[in-house]
Amino acid sequence: MMIDVESLSVRIRAFDILRNVSLTIREGEIFGLVGESGSGKSMTALALMGLLPRVMEASGAARLDGIDLLSLGEYDLCALRGNDISMIFQEPMTALNPVQTIGDQVAEVLTIHGKADANAARKIARDRLDRVGLSHIGLDRYPHELSGGQRQRVCIAAAIALHPRLLIADEPTTALDVTTQAQILDLLKDLVAEENMSLLLITHDLAVVSDMADRIAVMEKGVIVEQGDTAQVLRDQAHPYTRKLFAASAHQPDRTATMIDDAILRIEDVHRHYPGAREGFHRGPPVRAVNGVSFAIQRGESLGLVGESGCGKSTLTRTILGLDPLTSGQITLNGNPVSPTMPRAHRADMQVVFQDPYGSFNPRWRVDRIIAEPFHLLGRKPAPSDIAEALEAVRLSPEDAFKYPHEFSGGQRQRIAIARALITRPKLLVLDEAVSALDVSVRARILDLLAELQDQFGLSYLFISHDLTVVRAITDRVLVMQAGEIVEEGQTEQVFTAPNHPYTRTLLESAPTLEIPA
Amino acid sequence: MLRYLLIRALSLSLSLVVASIVIFAVIEVIPGDPAAFMLGLNATEDAIANLRAELGLGGSLVERYVSWITGMLQGDFGTSYTYRVPVGELIADRIWVSLPLAIFALILSTLIAIPVGIIAATNRGNGGDFAIMGLTQLGIAVPNFWFAMLLVLLFAVTLSWFSAGGFPGWDNPGPALKSLVLPAIALALPQASILARVMRSALIETLDQDYIRTARARGLSRGETIRRHALRNALIPVLTIIGLQFSFLLAGAIIIENVFFLPGLGRLVFQGITQRDLVVVESVTMLLVFAVIVVTFLVDIAYAIVDPRLRRK
Repeated sequence: MMIDVESLSVRIRAFDILRNVSLTIREGEIFGLVGESGSGKSMTALALMGLLPRVMEASGAARLDGIDLLSLGEYDLCALRGNDISMIFQEPMTALNPVQTIGDQVAEVLTIHGKADANAARKIARDRLDRVGLSHIGLDRYPHELSGGQRQRVCIAAAIALHPRLLIADEPTTALDVTTQAQILDLLKDLVAEENMSLLLITHDLAVVSDMADRIAVMEKGVIVEQGDTAQVLRDQAHPYTRKLFAASAHQPDRTATMIDDAILRIEDVHRHYPGAREGFHRGPPVRAVNGVSFAIQRGESLGLVGESGCGKSTLTRTILGLDPLTSGQITLNGNPVSPTMPRAHRADMQVVFQDPYGSFNPRWRVDRIIAEPFHLLGRKPAPSDIAEALEAVRLSPEDAFKYPHEFSGGQRQRIAIARALITRPKLLVLDEAVSALDVSVRARILDLLAELQDQFGLSYLFISHDLTVVRAITDRVLVMQAGEIVEEGQTEQVFTAPNHPYTRTLLESAPTLEIPA
Repeated sequence: MLRYLLIRALSLSLSLVVASIVIFAVIEVIPGDPAAFMLGLNATEDAIANLRAELGLGGSLVERYVSWITGMLQGDFGTSYTYRVPVGELIADRIWVSLPLAIFALILSTLIAIPVGIIAATNRGNGGDFAIMGLTQLGIAVPNFWFAMLLVLLFAVTLSWFSAGGFPGWDNPGPALKSLVLPAIALALPQASILARVMRSALIETLDQDYIRTARARGLSRGETIRRHALRNALIPVLTIIGLQFSFLLAGAIIIENVFFLPGLGRLVFQGITQRDLVVVESVTMLLVFAVIVVTFLVDIAYAIVDPRLRRK
């Protein structure tokens, strides 16, 4: 018995954040804590670290080797954090101090706890960075010079520098590409065995815990609804919420739209090159972000575009949307050429939905104004009935037109973004990571909605995502992009079951899969 | 790093050239004949012709611009029409009052503002923060000349710790420095109020960053986190404001210089304008532009020291 949490409750004034959370994490065990956003997973972790926001009050007990962490003062907690319990977070891009070298940040853990002098700490930091696979990266490098995966490795090196008893990993791979995710998860697994430490793995992704954890707990609204051995929880799914999570994760929308053999979007040998990096007063060779891409989307078709960060999907998306000029090649939408100077009326044929709808809404605008915005493309004023129809199409109520974006949940905001995209009656919707930030149950409902809308309005979709499960569920055909080129193209099921290109195989093997034991 | 500084130096030199052209154009070209302007309405034709010769207004625009610039590069700023002495000498006298005063005020303002801003940020939302925000609001709202007069009434008239004004010259550094204390305080307080607010909001924003949470999870106490991680990141916007404030303090002290009878640059420009002494105005303006550009360059160097992302090779 190492970590023993007993009836942990956290409240903010009269509002319960956590209620009677009890769990035990054994030595050398990987314990998965699963739940949707706002379920209290992260708060449980912060309570163990003694890092809850000051307005929150914790009660109950959280014992590490018999010592109740909740009863410790700040001084004792500081001695404990980073030493007995360490933590890594979701966003490696922002988790490191941008103005300090990575060597200093890893060495700091040792010096701050008085375990080594500055020189010895640097030696140990070097050793720990070597261990997490960064032997080729100098101690004097700054975070901005590293990729997201490398930064998460730096965070891990700092977290294991003092050989903690427990490492808490809060969504450690959610912001990373699938292949990077697989590497980081492998590293964590190896470290757990090597250091004989315990790992509390917090994630929304059932597939990740099913691959990693010895035992899991499922959390909903601040309460642990079910916990036990991973295999048993996955098999029995005793609690209705667990069943709901599983169903949503593997959700397959009912797709009935019919495809017409006539291309709505045609992309012919598109190149988009950027000037190379400056080298003194010259520039290096140009960056070929998109390098000879050709494909077409048929009317009523749903086409997936997958690839990892930096593969050129964002650049390609910008050229398709007519935001960036082409270096060479041609894009036509509904027969009309696409370019930054294309007529507005032609732009109305194509709309886009992004990952973070809140970021694309002006918070001071009412919903009716937000969703009517694309009307400037048509050169006429929207009628109240246009707005009501668009809201009803996405299963919101016409009264929602008079509210502001902050009054809606994440899933509802994504519906508003879809309503805005639909209002000009476009023929092509570009969905750029449109469901990636949503919880699985919300995501399942949005996918259903997209399937229905496709049938109802005869829409074509270009579905851009790093999430292979989603692409598999919602597309007819899929393109795999790597280093600016399409390396594989085919019917979705065919590509997923019998991939041809080695890169596609790597992608599919890296993606964690949710397999329910028989 | 070198590349970054080289580019900044080039772009700032370009600004200097553009500024010199604008100043030259505004003063010498736009309002008609400078000589007639300087002599006023009742000047005789002869007097204007004499002044034109004295000012070298005979040549073409380009010739005049080139001779103005080459003169300044050699330290020849022309001769003041009203004082009848080289403008270079006038400026040299005044800058030894204005420059120490500006530096003095800036040091005071920074020494007050940074700790006050940190205290406010770390006590966000409670009484200490509220009190500091109220005081800094007052510091910004109260005109500095009124504040200067209060200082004179209290420390010069009632307590007799300092003299009420005047400048004894740097032959006696002690009294000279002492005579700058009250003006420096009067100048520093509004600046410190602004700077403290910038420091506060920059630090609050920094303390919300993910890497602060990471540092806390590593076992750093709140104080250590602020010292080792937050301050340096929060300093970037503060540096910008300090740079702007120095430029303002150098020339913008006119009112305070008048309250304390200090012979500074501000008063020189003011007199130059009222007496239509365009040679003085032109030269001092150019000098101030130069000072602003030098300070901007120093701030750029400071940015590069604080933020490694600017030092990309």
